[in-house]
Amino acid sequence: MRAPVASPVSRKLAINRLRERRPLDSGVVDRFLARFSVPIVEGARCTFLYRGEADEVFLIHRIFGLPDHLPLRRVHGTDLWYVVLELPEGSRVEYQLEVVRGGQRDRINDPLNPRLAHSPVGSSSVCYAHGHEIPSWTGFDPEARPGSLVDMVVPSRALRRDCPVTLYLPARFRRDGPGTRYPLLIVHDGGDYLRYAAAKTVLDNLIHRLDVAELVAAFVYPGDRLAEYANSAAHARFLTAELLPRLEAELPLADSPSGRCLMGSSFGAVASLATAYRHPDTYGSLLLQSGSFVFTDIGNDHGGGPVFEPVVRFVNRYRAAPRRVADRLFVSCGVYEPLIVRNRSMVPVFEAAGMTVRYVEARDGHNWENWRDRLRDGLSWIFPGPQKFIYE
Amino acid sequence: MRIILLGPQRRPTLEGVARSLALSGPVATVTAGWREREPDDAELSRVLDGRDVNLRLYERWLDVRDRVPEYAAGAGRLEDVLAELQELYLTRLDYALRTVYALQYREPGDELRSEAMSEAVAVVRELDATHLRRVNEARLEFFDQLRPHDRPVIAEYRAAVSEVLADAAALVIAGGHVGVLAEVLHLFNVAAVLNGTAPNWAAPNGAPVIAWSAGAMTLTDRIVLFHDRAPQGAGHPEVYGSGLSVVRDVVLLPHARARLLLDDTPRMAVFARRFAPARCVPLETGTRIDVSADGTWPPGIRVLGEDGHISAREAA
Repeated sequence: MRAPVASPVSRKLAINRLRERRPLDSGVVDRFLARFSVPIVEGARCTFLYRGEADEVFLIHRIFGLPDHLPLRRVHGTDLWYVVLELPEGSRVEYQLEVVRGGQRDRINDPLNPRLAHSPVGSSSVCYAHGHEIPSWTGFDPEARPGSLVDMVVPSRALRRDCPVTLYLPARFRRDGPGTRYPLLIVHDGGDYLRYAAAKTVLDNLIHRLDVAELVAAFVYPGDRLAEYANSAAHARFLTAELLPRLEAELPLADSPSGRCLMGSSFGAVASLATAYRHPDTYGSLLLQSGSFVFTDIGNDHGGGPVFEPVVRFVNRYRAAPRRVADRLFVSCGVYEPLIVRNRSMVPVFEAAGMTVRYVEARDGHNWENWRDRLRDGLSWIFPGPQKFIYE
Repeated sequence: MRIILLGPQRRPTLEGVARSLALSGPVATVTAGWREREPDDAELSRVLDGRDVNLRLYERWLDVRDRVPEYAAGAGRLEDVLAELQELYLTRLDYALRTVYALQYREPGDELRSEAMSEAVAVVRELDATHLRRVNEARLEFFDQLRPHDRPVIAEYRAAVSEVLADAAALVIAGGHVGVLAEVLHLFNVAAVLNGTAPNWAAPNGAPVIAWSAGAMTLTDRIVLFHDRAPQGAGHPEVYGSGLSVVRDVVLLPHARARLLLDDTPRMAVFARRFAPARCVPLETGTRIDVSADGTWPPGIRVLGEDGHISAREAA
């Protein structure tokens, strides 16, 4: 499936051709906007547009390495604003516009672009650069037999609360099948993975396509996320001493480390690593996406604020004395997120501890669609499907 | 016995093959590689003019797992052992093959380098051979302990399969899951029937075995798994185990063009060297190879050579 933005490539950018038009009135701008998808993608160059009266307009993005407020320029004599950004092939960028009128600043999604990405903190507009493809396995496939989601509650003494858990059971799941034992994937921020990363659809499709083994996934929900996921002993105890034994008692699961994987993104990746660190013989694999592995080499200025303090202490301690916490680590990160340097730095540390690491980068940011689009790379490596056995 | 190896049957050639053999009588079929789709064999039945008798090996296998708890428990333990053996083998294989490729990427040249390369390939060959021996020993131990002929359910199914095969004009083994196929063919003792004294299989011009893709692989003495275009990237070709061993010294490669990076000739050259003197034979759509009852292969079959290219070879 190709990204829905495609425009003819010519020597001059469309916006520059428009600027040369005379007369350049409102009707010309109307026809111009009706002709193109916005942002206008012409090779590596993407033209972002805003139409309306304003004192200033800014493009707000989170591309690490670029100024995060890029000013748009007004096309002379019109109410059309533009900025051209060069984006490498295959990039995907989430952005908003900031419109300044009479000293008031309004941050809005791009009214000219219907493509939105959603997250727990709201929505953003999306620019798909030249060559970006939305993986076909992220969308509903009527051919794929659907698995089922089952809600359960696990009372936790460790966390002193009842913990909701959503189980994913694959299509054709056999609870009592002789000899059938499923690998287990424990997913941090489970609700967000299901809602914003289409985790159920992705699992249905990848299992159907034989890319990933039939597996059971346990989507867990944080309480006080920033406390539980920042190297919390209580959280690690909940997963390992309360959730895992219950799931293994009630479901036909593979009862060895190689059949267990912890997964998470951002702080959820820290929680996965920290849990495996505290229980090093329990989990065979970790799937760590855009881990918030903030550390300092000297001093205490990590720039992350107070919530990162326990994370920095943990990561610094780990880097000082790396140890093997699992057999295999899948690590991914977007090159446009500030965490890219941290994640790149962790790879040799993990490898030096004797773990097999697969590291993948994408031209994307710290967001759920990036994490969704890396799931095939990660899950097919950790729990490969039977493809290598199938010769039709 | 006569054996006919075919390429994938997306565009079926089986109908023409069956017609060319002028088969008379029932044709035993194995579609266990399709697993839960085993009964969906209407198209196969049509191609065989309705003379097919499906041996239902997958269904029988599931039934054995349900009704013979000792088998289910033992099979579970065996799977654990085999999984661990495979994991250890793959870990060692990864390092060994990376050494081979690292040496290969250096400038070709003096005798020392060529010797180092040969030794590195020999290490891989030794790993492959040791792994195959260990897998076969684990399976043998499992069957020794299980004593399948003493288990009424298994014995009954073996007899039923044997009876169908004794009257069959041919045996057709479809592709699918090569691990499942190998498992059920071993469990229900199909090789023993084919290699036995039943006149329909023993005669030089007797009933043929026709097999494609995974079905063909299960006839060999060494099943090699390969998939260079898997989503997680090209994996190392890996020895999985032994098939029925009625075809020897050959590694069959169904869908070679789709599944292997054939353009990477240095890598393909290592593939061929690794399994030599066994012939690495691609099975593509339309391929038909008639292996005679004395094991002779026809001239002109296409083989992956030690130069990394596929080309036609003379009869062996």
